[in-house]
Amino acid sequence: MNQGTTEGTGLLREMAGLDEGAPLFVQVAERLADEIADGGLGEGERVPSTNELAAYYRINPATAAKGIGMLTDDGLVEKRRGIGMFVADGARARLLGERRKRFAERYLEPLVAEASRLGVGADELAAMIRESSYAQKGTRI
Amino acid sequence: MTPAISVAGLSRRYRGQLALDDITFDLEPWSITGLLGRNGAGKTTFMRIVAGHEFASAGTVTVLGACPVENETVLRRMIFVREDQAYPDFRVRHAVQAASWFYPNWSHELAGALLEEFNLPLDRKVRKLSRGMRSALGNVIGLAARAEVTLFDEPYAGLDPVARQLFYDRLLADYTEHPRTVLLSTHLIDEAAGLLERVIVIDRGRIVLNADADDLRGAATSVSGPAIAVAEFTAGRSVWNTRRIAAQESAVVAGTLDETDRARAAALHLRLEPLTLQQLVVHAAGSPPEIIGAERTSA
Repeated sequence: MNQGTTEGTGLLREMAGLDEGAPLFVQVAERLADEIADGGLGEGERVPSTNELAAYYRINPATAAKGIGMLTDDGLVEKRRGIGMFVADGARARLLGERRKRFAERYLEPLVAEASRLGVGADELAAMIRESSYAQKGTRI
Repeated sequence: MTPAISVAGLSRRYRGQLALDDITFDLEPWSITGLLGRNGAGKTTFMRIVAGHEFASAGTVTVLGACPVENETVLRRMIFVREDQAYPDFRVRHAVQAASWFYPNWSHELAGALLEEFNLPLDRKVRKLSRGMRSALGNVIGLAARAEVTLFDEPYAGLDPVARQLFYDRLLADYTEHPRTVLLSTHLIDEAAGLLERVIVIDRGRIVLNADADDLRGAATSVSGPAIAVAEFTAGRSVWNTRRIAAQESAVVAGTLDETDRARAAALHLRLEPLTLQQLVVHAAGSPPEIIGAERTSA
């Protein structure tokens, strides 16, 4: 085998959508939090184990453990001795509350900034939101 | 907790040339650490000394609490897989068998599974194997030994991407079930990044960076756009590596950016892109310590 053609080919290990631009444990915690917020991981349900997460994301188990640890610290996930980690009661409501608070700075401000760059005024923007495909699909806004 | 590997003031001199210059660090047990650096930076010399294959000119090395040189108790608990591993006039099956006798935690089951997955011909002489197959054999032995201290020195020479992926996957899976202390030297950082808990970067025989891998991710960001806007955004920040073309500029700023910074960048029509671990490591050698908000050893 020729070294020149087989090495340094820029093989990027696919990490189930995690990227290298932010701490991996934070991204793991965010993914789990997203699932809890979406209801995919219901309150009282078992959270995947450190080893399951490590295998799925192809990351070091210590990194996965740190991600779960973040959720434990926030009280979103709790340990049940001997059986594993579970989504805490009230976790979903708390997450949605926090996200509402952050909605303006994360989404609204960039949206308005881009709109003003394009010369789109407030009324026009509101109309565009009402006509967007999500709104058309019946999502209430 | 006794460090798995402890190195203090380690130097190695070859005919007046310093290959390793005053290296000091402890490696906690049960972790995977990447030993990174350019070719000739001193990675192999360092590993050879840790493995007891070579003497230090100055300083001390302890592995599992004892000096590794000619110490059979330590050597049976440590494996060193290196790129240019020489085997006696062995067939593949003999090389595997010899290793199984030496290492007390050897897993026949894992060895058998890996030999099959890497398609290694058991009856072929090791010296007749291709370079990639020889690397694969080293990987099989290195993993199946389940040694408490496992040193891999660029274990992928000649391996194609599929085989490398297999190696990383099997390393991670077996490590998860049987934790040990792994030191992996590589310059294919992007590939191994997800596996690494810690990174140690060696440059010209010195440690220039010793940090938690996750602390480095997002620790610097590339900012690009109109030069005036870049200048406004980067004012008062630690900046390195500025490039410019016409009225466009690209700069790398140190430190994590918060929501306010992002909103400001968006308002200034700037593009932000966090540096990957690989990009950060490339920058680490030869840049001032304040660039990276992580612990740096050596001056």
